[in-house]
Amino acid sequence: MDLTRRTILKTQAAAAAAAAAGVSIPAEAQNIPTGEDIKLQWSKAPCRFCGTGCGVMVGVKDGRVVATHGDMQAEVNRGLNCVKGYFLSKIMYGSDRLTQPLMRMRNGQFAKDGEFQPVSWDRAFDEMAAQWKKVLKEKGPEAVGMFGSGQWTIWEGYAASKLMRAGFRTNNLDPNARHCMASAAVTFIRTFGMDEPMGCYDDFEHADAFVLWGSNMAEMHPILWTRITDRRLSHPHVRIATLSTYEHRTTDLSDMAMIFKPNSDLAILNYIANYIIQNGAVNREFVEKHCNFRLANTDIGYGLRPDNVLEQRAQHANDAQVSNPSSFEDYAQLMSQYTVEKASELSGVPKERLEALAKLYADPKVKVMSLWTMGFNQHVRGVWANHMVYNLHLLTGKISEPGNSPFSLTGQPSACGTAREVGTFAHRLPADMQVANPEHRKHAEEIWKLPHGLLPGKVGYHAVQQDRMLKDGKLNAYWIMCNNNLQTAPNTNNETYPGYRNPANFVVVSDPYPTVTTMAADLILPTAMWVEKEGAYGNAERRTHFWHQLVNAPGDARSDLWQLMEFSKRFTTDEVWPKEILDASPDHKGKSLFDVLFANGEVNKFPVSEVDPAYENRESKAFGFYVQKGLFEEYAAFGRGHGHDLAPFDTYHQVRGLRWPVVDGKETLWRYREGLDPYVEKGSGVQFYGNPDKKANIMGAPYEPPAESPDAEYDMWLVTGRVLEHWHSGSMTLRVPELYKAFSGAVVFMHPDDAAKRNLRRGQEVKVVSRRGEIRSRIETRGRNKVPPGLIFVPFFDASQLINKVTLDATDPISKQTDFKKCAVKVVAVSAADAGGQQ
Amino acid sequence: MRRGVFLFLVSVVPCLAAGAILAQDAPRLRGPDPFTREVPAPPMQRQITDDVRVGRNYPDQPPVIPHSIEGYAVDLNANKCMSCHARKFTEQSQAPMISVTHYQDRSGNTLGGLAPRRYVCVACHVPQTNAKPLVENVFTDMDAITEPERQPARGRH
Repeated sequence: MDLTRRTILKTQAAAAAAAAAGVSIPAEAQNIPTGEDIKLQWSKAPCRFCGTGCGVMVGVKDGRVVATHGDMQAEVNRGLNCVKGYFLSKIMYGSDRLTQPLMRMRNGQFAKDGEFQPVSWDRAFDEMAAQWKKVLKEKGPEAVGMFGSGQWTIWEGYAASKLMRAGFRTNNLDPNARHCMASAAVTFIRTFGMDEPMGCYDDFEHADAFVLWGSNMAEMHPILWTRITDRRLSHPHVRIATLSTYEHRTTDLSDMAMIFKPNSDLAILNYIANYIIQNGAVNREFVEKHCNFRLANTDIGYGLRPDNVLEQRAQHANDAQVSNPSSFEDYAQLMSQYTVEKASELSGVPKERLEALAKLYADPKVKVMSLWTMGFNQHVRGVWANHMVYNLHLLTGKISEPGNSPFSLTGQPSACGTAREVGTFAHRLPADMQVANPEHRKHAEEIWKLPHGLLPGKVGYHAVQQDRMLKDGKLNAYWIMCNNNLQTAPNTNNETYPGYRNPANFVVVSDPYPTVTTMAADLILPTAMWVEKEGAYGNAERRTHFWHQLVNAPGDARSDLWQLMEFSKRFTTDEVWPKEILDASPDHKGKSLFDVLFANGEVNKFPVSEVDPAYENRESKAFGFYVQKGLFEEYAAFGRGHGHDLAPFDTYHQVRGLRWPVVDGKETLWRYREGLDPYVEKGSGVQFYGNPDKKANIMGAPYEPPAESPDAEYDMWLVTGRVLEHWHSGSMTLRVPELYKAFSGAVVFMHPDDAAKRNLRRGQEVKVVSRRGEIRSRIETRGRNKVPPGLIFVPFFDASQLINKVTLDATDPISKQTDFKKCAVKVVAVSAADAGGQQ
Repeated sequence: MRRGVFLFLVSVVPCLAAGAILAQDAPRLRGPDPFTREVPAPPMQRQITDDVRVGRNYPDQPPVIPHSIEGYAVDLNANKCMSCHARKFTEQSQAPMISVTHYQDRSGNTLGGLAPRRYVCVACHVPQTNAKPLVENVFTDMDAITEPERQPARGRH
């Protein structure tokens, strides 16, 4: 269609003629809109996608988001966004948005095998409440559960935690962040006694060397990568070393690219520790003053079902988390096995490159920033890998100061803010407290104004365990919010899908769009997303940032927060709490869960009039008080004065986020070092104050093999992951045409020699087969990822090629996080018979 | 004017079928039905290489790349994109010059060449295939709100 040029020429000619004649012309003849027409209402918001936490400016006109751009004032990204961020404007506008609840029905009644039919919110919640009450009555709180998200806003995660732990008295609450960074979170606590990084993104402008462990930042954290490339290309002495199991866009821009065999990063890390020790590079004073040595239990299994032979054979499968006090000498003795020869042999990386890498850490003049995400975290020894990199920074004292920074990147926008800080893991409470600790439970009961003894102390089911318990019929009322787990969990055909369709279970899924997971639900709840609600996220550098509701959600779609709070109205304390607790606390008798959890005098103490009148706030209107402010202020009470200080609620609507602890109005960039962190005592230099003795733990652990390795039949490594253009399971990005057309479907990245050996050509349809299942995909021998022989990479965003039917549900036995980065598969051509049978 | 009205009608008609799945490879969004069924892999899509500029959805959208970038080096030694899009080569290549914003460093200072933070072009600019959208996107162009009667139909979306 090429009308525009002609139309414009015509109007321009008319305008010129009119001007010449000295007459004014009707407005529609003007070819450029002016005045009110071109004004947009701009507001800030964080990006909806990864854990980087870029600032975005969002332009609204007539109740629609019509434009977005990188926020110049946001410290994280200073005006840049990646391609996904630049297309945020379109993520809410896929025409298949869910706009009303859908329930499986037959003859006007709920039926597990029925067809999805639209129902009202009342009808949906009636059925859901009836199912919950039945399960609670027949089987008790341990048969109820929820799978949440690192994409929940802070108050959504907080409301969910209250509803599940205090309302239904179960800790069967886990976030999809379990699949994402549980290994990192667990290791922070084990090492420093406190979660989350000591450094921040300002380290990018101070480091002399960047070491990327299994991280493809160019695609997965593109805006942080701009800060690294800026540093590298502006300062010629700076070096980038990238360790990975295949070459990609990040290795393209690295000075040192080291391609290692899956799992052998453990050996490389220990070799570097050994090099530091052998070459006198240990910072003795730092280690003596600030570190303890411990040795981890070994032979700890793979987090598979207990009847698996690998678990039965493992000596410490049941006490994998245990470690014992040790000494520098014993640790050095363990490390001494890891010679450069051994590390090179196990990893396949040439000795001289390993030595060059070790020198970066050993040289006291080189400030090193280590970075990692899924390569370490999705690892059957993910906790050990995290420990091993901290060991390097602690041995050399290269920590907690500008540029010297072991930095755990996160994958989701509020993995830190919601999953970790709020504590939506099955074992956690807000501000790093643990459900198993009676003192911590008591403190939570006090802040929540709830009867003593109400909160359960038993750690709940983690993500993979939830799937297993659903399948086994032990978890029966289940709510999935803000994630697409049937696409992203491991070994889905055998361990996830059967539980969702188990007739003993009632499965509810809240989502803005139809997904693989909604299609396997019994009840689908339509959800408001991103700037359709007021929100708060916490990014990877401890930055808490807020946004206002900017537009309304379509139809009857409502936010997760509204859903959680509204559902709580359907239960009374008498129905769900034990009689003895209520007898001891008669004030709580006969109240709804909404009354005791949300109308408790704290959460409801700020009136709706405090909502900024320039913005809509549907939840506050619905409940009659400033819901987000009340929840946030109650939550913040957990951390203030304890090293997790958050600023007052209203401050966050003014600023581009602040990094906690925020003390006396000032954010903290580097923790644990005197002069930089207000919690460190004068004269101490460094204090890792999360631990009672204010020391960090150096944890010795060996190399151990993966759960499954290629053999004669299943002869290839399978690595799964993401691509730049699609975020996670693609439910938002696949609905943006430009992003879909940029990467239009998953492929099998394979080395050309491996393809030739199997008589496969580029584009040919193949089956990827493991012992668990198979998918059909197509061969790619070119493009951005260059895999070594013997390994394939398959992204997981494409629901027509559900690669997680193939993956293995082995987890790190300590963090319970799945290893999505290595299992054994074979790749075979789809035969004519296969192809014919499926047409 | 009449032609403009006609085009407006054409452009809104697809909205009436909102929610309809457009392309045949829709399992990409919702998976196979039932979940356990194995579905054939959709064909790989061909790159668009016609060098025809595509309009932007809003001013700050990075333009998409209307040509192949297969084998383009963006590494420590070379940036192939800049061999056409750098200021000094655009007269010869007739390619669009990189945006003036791309000369600014993190602090907003204007440099004499491509800012290092903008070095990885493909973080924002992406090529396109001829894949049909899986589902219609009903994002509204700001001009369509301002002047609904005078909207060109979009070529490729």
